[in-house]
Amino acid sequence: MKRFVKQGFVSGLALSAALIAGAAWAKDDITIAMQLEPPHLDPTSAAAQAIDSVVYVNIFEGLTRFMGDGSIVPALAESWEISEDGTVYTFKLHEGVTFHDGSAMDAEDVKFSLDRARAEDSANAQKALFAGIDSVDVVDPLTVKVTLTEPNGNFLFNMAWGDAVIVAPESIETIKTAPVGTGPYTFGEWVQGDKIVLNRNTGYWGDQPALAQATFKFISDPTAAFAAMMAEDVDVFTGFPAPENLPQFEADPRFQVLVGSTEGETILSTNNKQAPFDNVKVRQAMAHAIDRQAIIDGAMFGYGTPIGTHFAPHNPAYVDLTGNSAYDPDKAKALLAEAGLPDGFETTLHLPPPSYARRGGEIIAAQLAEVGIKAEIINVEWAQWLETVFKGKNFGLTIVSHTEPMDIGIYARPEYYFQYDNPAFQELMTTLNSTTDPDKRTELMQQAQRIISEDYVNGYLFQLAALSVAKAGVQGLWANAPTAATDLSAISWSE
Amino acid sequence: MSRNLILGAGLSSLVVLAALLSFVWTPYDYAALNIPAKLQTPNGQHWFGTDHFGRDMFSMIMVGARTSIAVALLAVGIGMSLGVPLGLTAAARKGSWLDELIMRGNDLVFAFPSLVIAILITAVFGAGAVNAIIAIGIFNIPVFARITRGAALSLWEREFILAARVAGKGAARISAEHILPNVANLLIVQGTIQFSLGILAEAGLSYVGLGAQPPTPSWGRMLADAQTMVSFAPHLALIPGLAIILTVLGLNLMGDGLRDWLDPRLRVART
Repeated sequence: MKRFVKQGFVSGLALSAALIAGAAWAKDDITIAMQLEPPHLDPTSAAAQAIDSVVYVNIFEGLTRFMGDGSIVPALAESWEISEDGTVYTFKLHEGVTFHDGSAMDAEDVKFSLDRARAEDSANAQKALFAGIDSVDVVDPLTVKVTLTEPNGNFLFNMAWGDAVIVAPESIETIKTAPVGTGPYTFGEWVQGDKIVLNRNTGYWGDQPALAQATFKFISDPTAAFAAMMAEDVDVFTGFPAPENLPQFEADPRFQVLVGSTEGETILSTNNKQAPFDNVKVRQAMAHAIDRQAIIDGAMFGYGTPIGTHFAPHNPAYVDLTGNSAYDPDKAKALLAEAGLPDGFETTLHLPPPSYARRGGEIIAAQLAEVGIKAEIINVEWAQWLETVFKGKNFGLTIVSHTEPMDIGIYARPEYYFQYDNPAFQELMTTLNSTTDPDKRTELMQQAQRIISEDYVNGYLFQLAALSVAKAGVQGLWANAPTAATDLSAISWSE
Repeated sequence: MSRNLILGAGLSSLVVLAALLSFVWTPYDYAALNIPAKLQTPNGQHWFGTDHFGRDMFSMIMVGARTSIAVALLAVGIGMSLGVPLGLTAAARKGSWLDELIMRGNDLVFAFPSLVIAILITAVFGAGAVNAIIAIGIFNIPVFARITRGAALSLWEREFILAARVAGKGAARISAEHILPNVANLLIVQGTIQFSLGILAEAGLSYVGLGAQPPTPSWGRMLADAQTMVSFAPHLALIPGLAIILTVLGLNLMGDGLRDWLDPRLRVART
């Protein structure tokens, strides 16, 4: 009898296990948490990465798109032809693509979107992407011709950005709160301060995605992030804010941890126009005073790759220039003395909220203090950082991660917040933009990396790691983050 | 002396001693990072372990005590030096427009939740120990003003004050020479309690990042830093947490004991 009961109990267990497994198999929705809530949902009029994390390739698509490995593939453009001299791109659009409101997506919409982005009064955050466009012409409803002022080897890459997605002219009024795109997911609802819900677009022109519904939840507090994940309130946390908690998730069979690369060069941004940072010797001294490995271990608990220039290490054109700024406090002191500041100097260090900045800043302040540089830590919120540092340029030092892909071009903009003004570099960038030969481009990019590394424009710290935690059954997540995106179509639950 | 008083005074003086000692000696440099030695649990070398930067927790607690005490002491100082004269004046001019003005002003400050206003002040004028002192200090003013006025009012009815008035002493002189000494023990007791509240407020402000700024250690910020690490390094949160609890407990016990000891009515009962 006892044995019988036991058997019954065991088979009952097996049955309920089967039921649970069945339920998991049937699961076709997902809850994805991230730290920052988007300010609105128009990727073509703001720099906020959080917007792209929700809408890119889910609601909105461009002519081309990024894949998880960083490659560029056709999206709304089925194919294209490039003229002999590299200045005319003729895009053939996919047939039968409709916006979520049912209207057809055609060449007129492409022309509208590109013209809107490059217009004089455009609010686009990356207008440089469109700067080379001379004209956009509609050939027929499914063919659009883009003429450039000069050849641009990056053009197809530029068109893949979230800032270059195709929008419907009639939906512009409400794009910030009720976006209408062509993507595999439609906008459901937005509960401000809590979540955004996206639903599967049954009329999607491409393959139907596996998940019927996706909820993006916004959890800014690292402790709450850890608790939400541990309690299984959310299925995925992308950009997990507390690297110190990852070993616990790794040790737990309920979860998987994805560690990948991002385009985020984390740098000690230096106000190149402010004394004494206008002296290259001072900048070099700071570079030698900083121990990168200590910052990666102390602030990021080991996650991150040291960099010696403003370039992503996973890029084939990357040159390892960390040797230019090896940790050497004695050399730093000697350089400061050469610069006429043997006793160091005082400056400010503005730190935005992410832990790479707040913790990294404490470490850097301590390291700089070793060579006599007193950096007063000023913790700021993002709004304040944008106001004082980014727009006001009223800072000495700050720590920030530049997450845009291939953004070495910012060093050619003397008005950019760290105010590096080097005509030779600006000329090099102009040459690079008009070069299409891959080998020549690589060479130019490496030259650019060397110039800013040897000029010690900023303190180059490390490449931010993409840290995601997910339930064990989730598959298809991007491990790397070639651009800010959550590609829902790629995600599914394993059986 | 009661057991409360001895225990409270013992705990409080331990904290004060640690803070004073930190000026001349700490086991390690409190600001020195040693990343390879991070997150050690308490051991022979690091009595309280090390934090996520490998800093010595014992040294940080000692210097943190200094921060807490300095902020709380100065805040109580602000409260007393402004609140007591206000209370004495209000009592001396009981019922006048001046009394009304002072007491309604007090009500106004009392009506606001103190920590919220403290956050407002530090948010407007910038985070830092000095602004924290001012913010906490402002909320100490009405506490002292009220307690002084209440006690002084009953004293003004007493015969020895009447005698002083008959002798021709002015209100200001009577307040200073006769009233103040007689309310002093009340103020000392209240001061001790406000002091413990000041330590709590400082910890609260630095917990939300508005108190003393890094690298100056502060118990509240140590707690905030430890928050995401509680699950694998609980000592990081336990140690500053215990430091705050024991200090506040000690000060409250001491305040309690002092009241029993100094209260004239109880003193009569004892003798």
